[in-house]
Amino acid sequence: MYVAVKGGERAIDNAHAWLAEERRGDPAVAELGIAQIRGQLSLAVARVMAEGSLYDPDLAALAIKQARGDLIEAVFLIRAYRTTLPRFGTTRPVDTSAMACDRRISATFKDLPGGQVLGPTFDYTHRLLDFALAADGLPPPPAPQADPGSAADQMPHVTGFLAREGLIQPEAQATTEPRDLTREPLDFPADRPLRLQALARGDEGFILSMAYSTQRGYGRTHPFVGELRIGAVTVEMEIAELGFAIDLGEVVLTECETVNQFAGSKTEPPQFTRGYGLVFGQSERKAISMALVDRALRWEELGEDKVGAPAQDTEFVLYHADNVQATGFLEHIKLPHYVDFQSELELIRRLRAEASAAQPLQETAP
Amino acid sequence: MNDYNFAYLDEQTKRMIRRAILKGVAVPGYQVPFASREMPMPYGWGTGGVQVTAACLVPEDVLKVIDQGADDTTNAVSIRKFFEKTAQVAVTEKTTAATIIQTRHRIPETPLNEDQILVYQVPIPEPLRFLEPSEVETRKMHALEDYGLMHVKLYEDIARHGEIATAYAYPVRVEGRYVMDPSPIPKFDNPKLESPALQLFGAGREQRIYALPPYSKVVSLDFEDHPFDPSKAPHACALCGAADSSLDEVITDDAGGRMFVCSDTDYCATLRAAAS
Repeated sequence: MYVAVKGGERAIDNAHAWLAEERRGDPAVAELGIAQIRGQLSLAVARVMAEGSLYDPDLAALAIKQARGDLIEAVFLIRAYRTTLPRFGTTRPVDTSAMACDRRISATFKDLPGGQVLGPTFDYTHRLLDFALAADGLPPPPAPQADPGSAADQMPHVTGFLAREGLIQPEAQATTEPRDLTREPLDFPADRPLRLQALARGDEGFILSMAYSTQRGYGRTHPFVGELRIGAVTVEMEIAELGFAIDLGEVVLTECETVNQFAGSKTEPPQFTRGYGLVFGQSERKAISMALVDRALRWEELGEDKVGAPAQDTEFVLYHADNVQATGFLEHIKLPHYVDFQSELELIRRLRAEASAAQPLQETAP
Repeated sequence: MNDYNFAYLDEQTKRMIRRAILKGVAVPGYQVPFASREMPMPYGWGTGGVQVTAACLVPEDVLKVIDQGADDTTNAVSIRKFFEKTAQVAVTEKTTAATIIQTRHRIPETPLNEDQILVYQVPIPEPLRFLEPSEVETRKMHALEDYGLMHVKLYEDIARHGEIATAYAYPVRVEGRYVMDPSPIPKFDNPKLESPALQLFGAGREQRIYALPPYSKVVSLDFEDHPFDPSKAPHACALCGAADSSLDEVITDDAGGRMFVCSDTDYCATLRAAAS
């Protein structure tokens, strides 16, 4: 006699034990430390912080270790932890024009105040596997040091030059506190602050593909990278009891401002417009992608035509950008669906029986 | 596990969820948006139900968790363990002993009573979603009570197949007003939606909560000449002999051998215990 499969509980415990073994790998090989992940896989750490919406490199490194390098799983761990954190208050908006830039480039001006600073970039490396890295090697030769004389105030935003001439559309000043995606349900119409929040924590791959689709003609916006900057900014918070703002610390951000052609519309004169991307950590691909998608989603406020491109559809982009939501719902189809499938089986059997009962004559015809 | 608050969520979040539940109870069948939190289990695995259960639980509660009607399916085990750990509440597999039952895809066969809460895990709360993908549009349709599209879909089913080809997540109308998705329960369970128990529906990823207060009128959509038919497999349970329960089909060999057993494991075990 068949006995329904029992022992789900023991199976789960055993699976977890096996998982822990697999995570550790060969015990003869040294275990990864959090400091190693934080220091040597820093771009993975940056991605987990950005999509996890929590700036803490040590926790992100721990999540990457626990997730065996699965970054979406690590993002999920960070998000679940973030849920349990109390919220003490809100910081002042960070001032990215005062950023201590490691990297700052403009694709629209050959030279500009503050100069082009390449910084630690893959851009002009040849993608040749460096077998020297495979051996436990010597430390790399020290990178040349420049005089850190260039103060941040000598690196003004590129779009500011265009704004002075009135060539670029001024950004509307927010009059109300932006809505918080993590404290209120997503609601439409979604204004720009809300859209930018969703894009900032959205999946890098998804935002990249959406941005790429606009470059290939699905909602084309003609972007130039006006400026891309990466560096540390100070985070300040007003303390009510003190009556002034104090520094809480620094966060590393990547900011991208695109300058987009705009031929004018019924409501707006011809001028340049902006797309904006801002992401935790060093993440240029994400910041540029975000700026392109931001610009594509602005079609309505700029009076452009909706051409039916996916990147113009706010509901489509915002509902599908979150990889924690997407991966959970996608993978839930692994869970048992016996009951629903049984109902479908019975329906299909009944419909097939009815269909074959309706055509017996055709089959017996000579 | 004292690092976390009772039932995991902090009290402010629970209060926010309770407000959404109360609104849902006040407007039966209406989907109330709520600021769903990231939970330590994935979206699609019952985060909505878990948040609703967390907001309802008190230390005296006795919790039962089922998936596909069974207490021992892996995800039911996982969710039950989660609340044992974070809320230290008593748990049970007995439908009659539970004060809160969290379920995925089934309503227990044993009738519920007024002192019980049934919490459903909901994947897609919007019954109109597969007819209209935009949330802005579907909210408008609910507001205007514009359910023509749904009736056309059901009519087209009948025109093509001779019957309504929806076997689970069969749409219902609540108190003559809102069309509601009862979550992917088999349509066999639809008549049990009219119940003395409070029924709460949580959709975490989609950030919606809705409710059926006790004794709400719940009508499965149909036509006069094609009345709703809560059909099930034409068999009796091979273990307990029940002919009135929803059945799982179990493949017993690779030569077409199969048997039908109750999907509600507690119901099946209770009947077998009574017989022996």
